[in-house]
Amino acid sequence: MPDTEFILDIRDLAVRYHTDSGVVCAVEGLNLSLKPGEFLGLVGETGAGKTTTALSVMQLIASPPGEICRGEILFDGLNLLTLSEEEKRHIRGGKIAMIFQDPMTSLNPVLSVQEQIEEMISLHSAIPREKVHEKAGEMLTLVGIQAERGSEFPYQFSGGMKQRVMIAIALACSPQLLIADEPTTALDVTIQAQVLELMQELKHHFNTATILISHDLGVVAELCDSVAIMYAGRIVEKGSAASIYNSPMHPYTQGLFNSIPDLTTIVSRLNTIPGLPPDPVNLPPGCCFAPRCHKASPMCTESSPQIKEIDSGHFVACFHPSCSKPSSHKEACHEQ
Amino acid sequence: MNNKELSPPLLETIRLKKYFPTAHGLLHAVDGVNLAIAKGETLGLVGESGCGKSTLGRVCIRLLETTEGEVLFNGDNICNLTKTGLRAFRRKAQMVFQDPYSSLNPRFSVEQLIAEPLRLHKVYAREQEMMGHVYKLMDTVGLAKRLATSFPHELDGGRRQRIGVARALALNPEFIVLDEPVSALDVCIQAQIINLLQDLKESFKYTYLFITHDLSVVRHVSNRIAVMYLGKVVELTDHLEIFENPQHPYTQALLSAIPIPRLDVRRQRILLEGDVPSPVNPPEGCRFYGRCPSRRDECQRTEPALTERSPGHFTACFYPGPAKTDGGQGRAIP
Repeated sequence: MPDTEFILDIRDLAVRYHTDSGVVCAVEGLNLSLKPGEFLGLVGETGAGKTTTALSVMQLIASPPGEICRGEILFDGLNLLTLSEEEKRHIRGGKIAMIFQDPMTSLNPVLSVQEQIEEMISLHSAIPREKVHEKAGEMLTLVGIQAERGSEFPYQFSGGMKQRVMIAIALACSPQLLIADEPTTALDVTIQAQVLELMQELKHHFNTATILISHDLGVVAELCDSVAIMYAGRIVEKGSAASIYNSPMHPYTQGLFNSIPDLTTIVSRLNTIPGLPPDPVNLPPGCCFAPRCHKASPMCTESSPQIKEIDSGHFVACFHPSCSKPSSHKEACHEQ
Repeated sequence: MNNKELSPPLLETIRLKKYFPTAHGLLHAVDGVNLAIAKGETLGLVGESGCGKSTLGRVCIRLLETTEGEVLFNGDNICNLTKTGLRAFRRKAQMVFQDPYSSLNPRFSVEQLIAEPLRLHKVYAREQEMMGHVYKLMDTVGLAKRLATSFPHELDGGRRQRIGVARALALNPEFIVLDEPVSALDVCIQAQIINLLQDLKESFKYTYLFITHDLSVVRHVSNRIAVMYLGKVVELTDHLEIFENPQHPYTQALLSAIPIPRLDVRRQRILLEGDVPSPVNPPEGCRFYGRCPSRRDECQRTEPALTERSPGHFTACFYPGPAKTDGGQGRAIP
């Protein structure tokens, strides 16, 4: 398989944090690849390792306490882990851009938003100086902010507007890869709808390969072509959005879907996954999900299941995968 | 589903107002809200940040003083309770807070945290009996006894929220305000806590005011749902009716904005223009005027009152539905 097929190819990545209470295995043996133009949803609960994965790609893992102890991150065929600081700086922001969760704290409060977009453009693109101002104005218009408001400061914008500015900064240099870390989590639902709509438009406009990190399966369903589910630092299932949403195979993915109150059915109790996610300092032997899994067999606690292609393009890391349509039993009691 | 006819209201607010003075003028957090919560009912209160839902919850149990209007609990106005009366009221009305990280004293162990309300209200004369009750409460909310001497920082969010619930239950209240009790939790933990709250309600016949911004959660737990916008209740009806037949344009937009975790449900969004306006010195007329897709001149001049347009379905709008979306799976008429 030639490297050039993928814009991003993460191979056997392992990231650890050395803390006072022990070594946290935040990411373990992660393989993930992204084709140009692909929109991937990375889903998981708090502590599943989603953000650590993103920060590894951005080469922003603080060391210490963090350490990338194994693996390769190939971006356009180039291993990011072996680059010099200067080369990394060149790629970061320019070729790989990131949108952070909290627009309130990720903008510089003492620079106007125009200046913040211009800064990005002048650092990472060959656009001549006199055109930079114009380009920044264009980016603002593109994300639905009047260019005249560019001279205003972040505090004068609402949360949704700030996130639009963040998106404008991220896309200003037409990156080849965009990582959006929970871009709408801090926003209200009607504002979230506006930002999702914008991301949908930009997806068609720029066709940038994107990793959307989210814990909200609803948001992922709106935007993503493919989905990867993370649990305890590993990808437990990945495939096209259709295969994950219509026929999830991993018991964790199924549990995740069943935990969400459905808007179209009436149930008296929600289905829950028993127990809690494991302590990342002290992961259980074998499959990390085994202690909470209703299908666990002795084999599951002895060895860790490798991720396998069960169906064309549908990968599952489970010894006992089974297809169950999450909404099939619910459809029987579809509301009047 | 509508318990209103079945039993008299346990809690009723009458033209309730809560204003906060700010440097720029009066902030109308709650502006003339009339709500009645029947005994045994769960009333869901939804709205976006800054709409006044948490303030309303706090005023209802007098954690904040009212600016104007009345709150009746079992028919008694709680706004002019004496110190002794208020103390007795506190035993009947409790609250679970959103953030289990900041609402628990970090220097108290789990058992101390749960015993605190019992101690303050001098429920037990003997320590041993009190601790017996504490362990029973821990069992009720699903906290293992071995955690009794743990401190909040050692526990995960779900367990911390269980402590918050146990504290609220300790005095055996009749009415509990749940202020975003699951918003800080992951979906799987969220589902566990929702089930716990539902089970407790069934066993102890509590009455809940469930405040949240998450519409799928509120649909699941509530009997009736009130939608708030900028200090006003704009729509109030049965929990299923509001999704099937929303009448207020704001409710319709809010419902159409929920991302649905399914691929087979595709729908047309009603995108609202702009942001929620500031509640400081709000304009005359309908609060939603500036963002409303079906606004007319009249709406800017006069404010629509919350009126019952069909049995049990209240809407504060001059030109309510027919809905431009049909509930959860709405398709907008172009």
